[in-house]
Amino acid sequence: MAKMTYIKAITSGLDQVLNDDSKTLIFGEDVGKNGGVFRTTVGLQDKYGEDRVFDTPLAESGILGLAIGLSLTGWRPIPEIQFMGFTFEAMDGIVGQLARDHYRFGGQKKFPVTIRTPFGGGTHTAEMHSDNLENYFVSTPGLRVVTPANPYDAKGLIISAVESDDPVLFMENLKLYRSMKDEVPDDKYTVPLDSAKVVREGSDVTLVAYSAEVNEALSAADALAKDNISAEVIDLRSLSPIDTDTVFASIDKTHKVVIVQEAQRMAGVGAIVASDIAEEKIMSLDAPIGRVAAPDSVYPFAQAEGDWIPNADDIEAKAREIVNY
Amino acid sequence: MANGSKQIVDFAKIKATMADSYKHPVQVIDREGKVVDPDTLAKYSDDQLVDFMKKMVWERTLHEQTMNFSRQGRLGFYAPTAGEEASEMGSVTAFKEQDFLLPAYRDLPQMIQHGASVAKGFLWSKGHIQGNQYDNPNMIFPQIIIGAQYVETAGVALGIQKNGDKDRVAFVYTGDGGTSQGDWYEGINFTSAYQAPAVFFVQNNGWAISVPRRKQTAAETLAQKAVAMGVPSVQVDGMDIVAVHEVAKEAREFAAAGNGPVVIETLTYRYGAHSSAGDDPSRYRTKEEEKPWFDADPLIRMRKVLTDKKLWSQDQEDKLVEEYKDEFKNAMKEAEAAPAQKVSDFLKWTYDVPTPAVKKQIAEFEAKESK
Ligand SMILES: Cc1ncc(C[n+]2csc(CCOP(=O)(O)OP(=O)(O)O)c2C)c(N)n1
Repeated sequence: MAKMTYIKAITSGLDQVLNDDSKTLIFGEDVGKNGGVFRTTVGLQDKYGEDRVFDTPLAESGILGLAIGLSLTGWRPIPEIQFMGFTFEAMDGIVGQLARDHYRFGGQKKFPVTIRTPFGGGTHTAEMHSDNLENYFVSTPGLRVVTPANPYDAKGLIISAVESDDPVLFMENLKLYRSMKDEVPDDKYTVPLDSAKVVREGSDVTLVAYSAEVNEALSAADALAKDNISAEVIDLRSLSPIDTDTVFASIDKTHKVVIVQEAQRMAGVGAIVASDIAEEKIMSLDAPIGRVAAPDSVYPFAQAEGDWIPNADDIEAKAREIVNY
Repeated sequence: MANGSKQIVDFAKIKATMADSYKHPVQVIDREGKVVDPDTLAKYSDDQLVDFMKKMVWERTLHEQTMNFSRQGRLGFYAPTAGEEASEMGSVTAFKEQDFLLPAYRDLPQMIQHGASVAKGFLWSKGHIQGNQYDNPNMIFPQIIIGAQYVETAGVALGIQKNGDKDRVAFVYTGDGGTSQGDWYEGINFTSAYQAPAVFFVQNNGWAISVPRRKQTAAETLAQKAVAMGVPSVQVDGMDIVAVHEVAKEAREFAAAGNGPVVIETLTYRYGAHSSAGDDPSRYRTKEEEKPWFDADPLIRMRKVLTDKKLWSQDQEDKLVEEYKDEFKNAMKEAEAAPAQKVSDFLKWTYDVPTPAVKKQIAEFEAKESK
């Protein structure tokens, strides 16, 4: 075991899958010699050669087409889209083609593609570099969407994603890359692709979050604990599918829930969770479903991110409102 | 006769010769500062030549000052421009105020020449919305999504044509990496199909972050890509401001006269890192590669021509640099005095008519912001 940053844990997971399966290929813009603009693939080209880890021309639609074609010829592609905002250039490849191909072939062919992309904000990147676009992907049948909130899950999930024969969108949080360290096993392990995790036990209210907001929810839980409010925190980890069983089990215990997302309120994940809860657990609830999200503006300019991204204070306030309902 | 040796198509020969007409970069002043095309140079008055030099000194000083500001933490994302002065200043000066500019993130200097203030440029870099609000309506903000400005150019050029505007064109920039995007082809091809007035610049500075130009395509020149779309194109020595300007001016005239678009590849070099976010060029390129480009410096070249004509002195240049520095420092003060941004404003600008949910959120944020 070693203490690893979130980004190192992903590198370690990628190293593992490249080592285990000679059919895996990493490609994208700047992933080779430069090791990616965030250095996630650093050292991998040196270790596995230019045939396995290589730079592409600058074209996201091309990158996704390449991934699909490589799958059709027996490879296991791990393309990188340099920032989530650039997935739009590859939207037909991801949503229009890849996600539908298993179905379109009547299950005859497999598309074991893992698309890695950084997302989220709060790091003062240039315009269009911070984004929470998960809603476009979670509403796409045929595609799995996962996002780790800590280094341990990052390594386990990337390995599961690459080993899965379904296409997976693996979202890496910009802010967590270097702000978080954890004990991460050196050896291979996996984290299931479709399971949420209770990261803090509690009895008064359930806080459902994912990615960087899990940490905000944990801080909010600390603050609430000072007033003897016991919050249970759930990290969704998988956004498609959503592990509603874990969420429902918690609601049966706490009877109150607040759903947190970094994305704008109108951008779906929180709304999906809320409607699932309303459908199945409404009778178990003692208060309305609470939601914390960014406002419905375009992702803001860098200087204003601090006022825009939901933080622990916002979560704490909403949780108090729900608990005191 | 079986197995005749003659092929009906000689692909090897086609491949070997397809770049032939594009591999002769237009040049007026060579790397040693020697005038190789005196006829073209003679078209320019002394004042114009001095003005070229001043603009390049302005851009180099802007670059140096922004690097200082970046180190002091006073800017956000900034794409360094040192090395590209001849390409940027030579081209932008060939256009008129009514021409529509669609820049990429490395084209702030052209935007400033086209009517955005330096302070706006800094505000854009700092991630402030005011950096996207310009006095000259004939431009968009620096495009981040590579290739998007090329397709949008097709629309601007068609709009100009449909409006019946005479003596007006669209002009647009991308880098060598940008030529790999589908949008790059679609933008040029649409413009060609409509024969709309646009000049497409490719500033080939050798690198797309860490990926060298030769890994973008096996085509020997980027200029030749235009031929498939029926668009005339040319390579120009992008370290020679007179050559760039002359080619850009002729392209503009050609497009404005209703002949359809032109593609210009300027051969230039990015001296430093890709951006102020701190990539390290030594990870992917060598000193040996860099040296000949530094030696081809556009300022050194022009300085030589002007000094020979007794139109320029180091003294004069030093004074200018100081003036420009002051201008940039003042612009930074102006940028730093801009009011803090409000989430309520972002909400107001997301729709022209705010939706009911957004109206509610505006009220919530206004309440928070007034505290
Ligand atoms: C659609 C899209 N994909 C990727 C990027 C990330 N990116 C920013 S600059 C760059 C390289 C661009 O190189 P080039 O077009 O040669 O222009 P230069 O920066 O060298 O001027 C990349 C990959 C982006 N901004 N937009």
